[in-house]
Amino acid sequence: MRYDVFFAGYGGQGVLLAGNLLSYAAIHEGKNVSFFPAYGVEKRGGAAMCTIVFADGDTGSPVVGNPSVSVLLNQLSFDKYAAKVKQGGICIVNSSLVDTSAVALPGVEIIMVPMNQIALDMGDVRMVNMVACGAYIEKSGALLKESLEAALKKALPERNHKLIPANVQAMEAGALAARG
Amino acid sequence: MQAAALEKIFVKGNEAVAMAALEAGCRCYFGYPITPQSDIPEYLSRELPRRGGEFIQAESEIGAINMLLGASATGVRAMTSSSGPGISLKQEGISYMAGSELPGVIVDIMRAGPGLGGIDASQADYWQATRGGGHGGYRIIVLAPASVQEMYDLTMMAFDLSDIYRIPAMVLADSVIGQMKESVIPNPRPVTVLPPKEWVVRGREAGEAQNVVKSLYLGDGEMEKFHWKMAARYEELAEKECRWEEVQTADAELIVTAFGSVARIAKTAIAMAREAGMKVGLMRPITLFPFPKKAYAALSERCKLFLDIELSTGQMIDDVRLAIARDAEVAFYGRPPGAGSLPTPEELFEQIRKNYPTHA
Repeated sequence: MRYDVFFAGYGGQGVLLAGNLLSYAAIHEGKNVSFFPAYGVEKRGGAAMCTIVFADGDTGSPVVGNPSVSVLLNQLSFDKYAAKVKQGGICIVNSSLVDTSAVALPGVEIIMVPMNQIALDMGDVRMVNMVACGAYIEKSGALLKESLEAALKKALPERNHKLIPANVQAMEAGALAARG
Repeated sequence: MQAAALEKIFVKGNEAVAMAALEAGCRCYFGYPITPQSDIPEYLSRELPRRGGEFIQAESEIGAINMLLGASATGVRAMTSSSGPGISLKQEGISYMAGSELPGVIVDIMRAGPGLGGIDASQADYWQATRGGGHGGYRIIVLAPASVQEMYDLTMMAFDLSDIYRIPAMVLADSVIGQMKESVIPNPRPVTVLPPKEWVVRGREAGEAQNVVKSLYLGDGEMEKFHWKMAARYEELAEKECRWEEVQTADAELIVTAFGSVARIAKTAIAMAREAGMKVGLMRPITLFPFPKKAYAALSERCKLFLDIELSTGQMIDDVRLAIARDAEVAFYGRPPGAGSLPTPEELFEQIRKNYPTHA
């Protein structure tokens, strides 16, 4: 089985960390992984995106034209990339920041998750990427929640390990919201 | 040392190059920062001194390549890395190394050019790398990784081949392979029988013969002798060291050929074509010099149509044309470097569909 997911948002939303996290989780499950990042030269506020491909065998192209699943965290990413989602694919949208009304996506399942709101309710808007990861594993079924927990230990520096329980809760909340 | 016991790591292509250099016993690194390869000096500036090695951020790329020449002349394994503009500056030193028969590893993480160009992925340094790049007529070994695993494995191979043949070796990748992260098995250094470096410059004992490392040949017939000796060595390289990957070429009616990052994208496009019932294969050269001419010739005995894909307006296609049978044809699809010019598998599939022979 070969899975691909495209994450996009603006710099500071944790798009690249989310991609790293999913990659570590996939490695934890014994998969081969490619993580292909692209981001603006700005530290915050520029565009940030990454494509993650994981498979039991060869991951093939690190570049994906029509992703099976896209997770879009801001309006700009939605306007630019929502139409690229593959027919029969899933588009997970941060409804706190994105208005989808102007765009119709026939053949694509749109999942609205108020990611900023959920993260804020849990105490910190910076957990928006964890909410997004939770929504992704819920809708794709591609990775186990336990693998993401293990991945947090690998992807985060030791000094931040105390934050892992809160991040796991944020993932669970994201999953719950995506379940609808 | 058992491969099975090695845990997969998750690293950038550039980091894999640096890790492999350490594993290969590289003792000296000299470089100057430039995007998109600066992760290599960053990693080595931290790790090389810890292992008793020497890391120097030189005053310029020209300084760095000449330090590489000097270090190599003493017999240690040494490396430098850069991207297009910096690699151009290094050409004089590379020519002197080639003239002095010095090994050494040079990493080029290609970016868009000419001039300062841009930081996007490019394959337009193919000519520069495979034709030598500097003056005087020489070739260097050129290896083209297509994954982070190959960044690791081919860097180690570059050190070995360079030592065996006393020719500088280049790892030629682009910002896609350099910047992306993949799961990698950190293989141990391969067990290779290396010739003793009897030519190194060192303090000599009384009565010992003097070793001189130089690229100046003024004696009667000396220079010509050097050139024919090297020509024979390039032949030997071509005979023994060509490496390539073929995917589903046995029954192919169309063979896509590409190197590095684009070959990866093409692989997925080929899988899509196979699903659509088209008999398409992939020929990916791993050594760009020596170019696997015989393998291309053999493929073209049966399959008469090739599709060459590059992130340039066409450079490797020259070598493909020279290698294949006279009655075989090469179509071309190029995406010269620039922001957003990375082709998708869907786009390459479209090119395959367009070029696929209709009689098949």
